[in-house]
Amino acid sequence: MSAHDELIEPRPQGALGRFRAFREERPHLFLLVLMMLVAFFMMDPRTWVVLTISGLAMGAMVFLMASGMTLTFGLMNVLNLAHGAFISLGAFAGATVLVHWLNGQAGEASVWANLAAVLPALGFALVVAGLIGLLFERLVIKPVYGDHLKQILVTVGGSIILMELIQVVWGPNEIPVPRPETLTGAFLIPESLPVIGGVALEKYRLVAVILGLAVYGLMTWVIERTRTGVLIRAGVEDREMVEVHGYRIRLLFLGVFVAGSALAGLGGAMWAMYREIITAHMGDELMISVIVVIILGGLGSIKGCFYGAVLVGLINLYVGYLEPRLAAVATVGLMVGVLMWRPQGLIPVIKV
Amino acid sequence: MSESILSLSGVSANIDQYHILHGVDLEVPAGELTVLLGRNGAGKSTTLRTIMGLTTVTGGSVRFRGDDITGQPTPRIARKGIAFVPESMGIFSLLTVRENMILAAVSGPMDEQRLNWIFDLFPPLKKFWNRPAGNLSGGQKQMLAIARAVIEPRELLLVDEPTKGLAPAIINDLAGAFEQLKEQRVSILLVEQNFNFSRRLGQSVAVMNDGAVVYSGQMAELADNEELQHDLLGLGLGAHQ
Repeated sequence: MSAHDELIEPRPQGALGRFRAFREERPHLFLLVLMMLVAFFMMDPRTWVVLTISGLAMGAMVFLMASGMTLTFGLMNVLNLAHGAFISLGAFAGATVLVHWLNGQAGEASVWANLAAVLPALGFALVVAGLIGLLFERLVIKPVYGDHLKQILVTVGGSIILMELIQVVWGPNEIPVPRPETLTGAFLIPESLPVIGGVALEKYRLVAVILGLAVYGLMTWVIERTRTGVLIRAGVEDREMVEVHGYRIRLLFLGVFVAGSALAGLGGAMWAMYREIITAHMGDELMISVIVVIILGGLGSIKGCFYGAVLVGLINLYVGYLEPRLAAVATVGLMVGVLMWRPQGLIPVIKV
Repeated sequence: MSESILSLSGVSANIDQYHILHGVDLEVPAGELTVLLGRNGAGKSTTLRTIMGLTTVTGGSVRFRGDDITGQPTPRIARKGIAFVPESMGIFSLLTVRENMILAAVSGPMDEQRLNWIFDLFPPLKKFWNRPAGNLSGGQKQMLAIARAVIEPRELLLVDEPTKGLAPAIINDLAGAFEQLKEQRVSILLVEQNFNFSRRLGQSVAVMNDGAVVYSGQMAELADNEELQHDLLGLGLGAHQ
């Protein structure tokens, strides 16, 4: 076994070699740094800081929405095009709490009162989207396992039904969702600081970044450190062998589907407060970003999904500032570019 | 022959639209190592997959310890104490060696003593404990595959061609591991093409041809009877030696 005992990887030589190794081994970081650097040299540093934070905030929210879909696809090879409906559902559930049930707390100028409105709103969005997700898996997804064409037809149909149901319950009009008092406005960075002094950072965006990072951290912990996470990763790689070891992968998948729907709901509720207006079809509009993110990141990869979402958020904001007419093209352009470079996405999980 | 732990009677099975098994009758004696021999395409692997519930059974029955397990879902069959090492080994290459083992220890934390026994059997697993299993060599992957199957005491091991594509030194290590399992009176059903390996380990033997078992008996009888070998295994046998 002499030759097999050591798994020696040759160390790259020289600066160029190390650069190449970094590009190949950490394509997500490479792309992120590249994008931020290019943008930095194309605009004023203050603008850059504002756009970067905003891009991160958008990325964090898109990550919440996309993470569930990437796992559903990675684990069970199920294409759920109704994922956007759960984003809408979460937005309306959250809005109901903020606008109708806890209106008083949301309007007060106290952090604690606002928290007492925002947390239940996010929690309610999570629960409603999760529960409907449970029903949806049993009724709609379960009969069409293993058949992509049927999955597309059935989930698009399911999506239409869910969005119509939202209009039945909440009415056909757009609903304004004012942000809670303490989340409006911006922090002002003191003028005395060099370069970025005087920059105004919207509070809500900072909150979104923090919440997104917290969820990413939690998910990474579950996936990397717990037994459930080991099972999920194993299931993404080889479903049959997970069953051969005695685990019921359908149950695992149901759990992941419900968690994914709940996270989509959470993302939707966050988005509702970000845009301050919601429509039943907002999920459909966001699905384009979501699909780009999961393909870009590598199907089934949480880490890839996170970096994909951040990249999409950043390019949207940077290009939107530099050349607004190209903003919509930029997202898809990014995906096309990445796929030409790495056809399996940034951090591939499924071997193609 | 001791009592059977597993018996297949008249089992027919399909993979997609193809009819692969045509009435397999097979007895696996408890506490013995049984070798399933046969040419490529005879249905050996399909027989193992059928026992695990991974194919569509169209007739006959599979009984494990007297219970009918025909057509039961794979996880339920596994939980009865049957471990399966497929020909592809089924290693989770993105998981570490440790995580592969955690997953295989279905009923909870791994037993320290048993793990040490496994490390003694297969030292490379200890060495690469926290490395991705995908980085292991072919032989080490096979060690991991067998280690996963025995991390908890099982009633029956189904192992599909463990020696395929491995260097002779590693095949020797594997044979040593199987010897130890035999001493522990673990029931094993081993699919093999390597007749030397089979002869060394096997107590009973069954030979398959064209989706059915055409001979079953004691390995010693088959090993001594060259004419029988020639009839059952054809010219292919010489090539395996």
